[in-house]
Amino acid sequence: MVKKKSVKRRIKKPSKKDLTIHFMPYSAISHEDAIGRIKKIMGLILKNKIIILQGKLKPDEEVRLIENSMTLIGNIQGFQGIEIAGLNGENENRSLFEGVRRNIAKILIGEQDAITVIGPASVVKEMTKDPKKVELMLARK
Amino acid sequence: MIKIIRNFARRIFAGVFKKKGEIKLGFYGSPNAGKTSLANRICQDWLGEDLGSVSRMPHETREIQIKEKVILERDGKKIEFKLIDTPGVATRIDFEDFMKFGLKRKAAQERAKEATQGIIASIKWLDDMDAVIVLIDSTINPYSQVNITILGNLAARNIPVLVVANKIDLKKSDIKKVRGAFPEYDVVGISAKNGDNMEEFYEELFKLVKKV
Repeated sequence: MVKKKSVKRRIKKPSKKDLTIHFMPYSAISHEDAIGRIKKIMGLILKNKIIILQGKLKPDEEVRLIENSMTLIGNIQGFQGIEIAGLNGENENRSLFEGVRRNIAKILIGEQDAITVIGPASVVKEMTKDPKKVELMLARK
Repeated sequence: MIKIIRNFARRIFAGVFKKKGEIKLGFYGSPNAGKTSLANRICQDWLGEDLGSVSRMPHETREIQIKEKVILERDGKKIEFKLIDTPGVATRIDFEDFMKFGLKRKAAQERAKEATQGIIASIKWLDDMDAVIVLIDSTINPYSQVNITILGNLAARNIPVLVVANKIDLKKSDIKKVRGAFPEYDVVGISAKNGDNMEEFYEELFKLVKKV
């Protein structure tokens, strides 16, 4: 009986030379539904790219992204999941009028005054966040 | 959006027909935040038995653990809970991390696989909770995306939440930082391991139940 050889997808081993930062404007995902957005993001993550996304994902999309990456761990060799952090563009000192204006804009055109950083865990060792900054510590391999 | 509407309808339907007092209380948070320790503390206080095992190694809980008919009493009022302890939610799993705790390669790989399945199960169970306690380790940076994602999803599903800052017995604990990170939530500080401040926790838990 011939033993069936399991075929696993591999992702390229990251090296310093491979580090790519991909800036993604909100317009690149604004027309996509949740599945399309996740597909687009995961496609870049699997190419070992760090994504800086203008705007932020909805909570439901974030949770689906985590779910999706958990499914891939163990099935794609070298893939360890993702690191993700978001920064809101909110200003605590803004006036009531400004707040209402921003909320209306958020409903109409999405939350574009935020930044989300997403990277493959094999490249980004750690992502730390506080309200004003996101720091990435890259893995040395 | 459909999911949220469906969940809303399910909650209304369940609210009409569910047995009075039976509340599905979920424990969510990052690995090693102390979810099982708190669930055990509650079970010990009211049933005299544990719900699950705890360990320093992350992802000790890799399956949903349930304890039914946990009846809590306060000021003459009894409430029946179904405690649902969930595996810690993380965005990354590296089996080599488990090897640092002494596991052999194969065992570490198996644990990693189970941990990923546990995270998926935790996410799926979000829709089934009546109320949730989000555990945050008060000795580390609370601004983790996992905490934000969990809280964002619970808010989107309109599920009442109590944020619990755990490990207040440790020197590095900073409950002010947790409160600063989540100003829109009630935050109660406890030590699930030592049972510190459990009275305040139960008081907040009964307040939470009123929102269900």
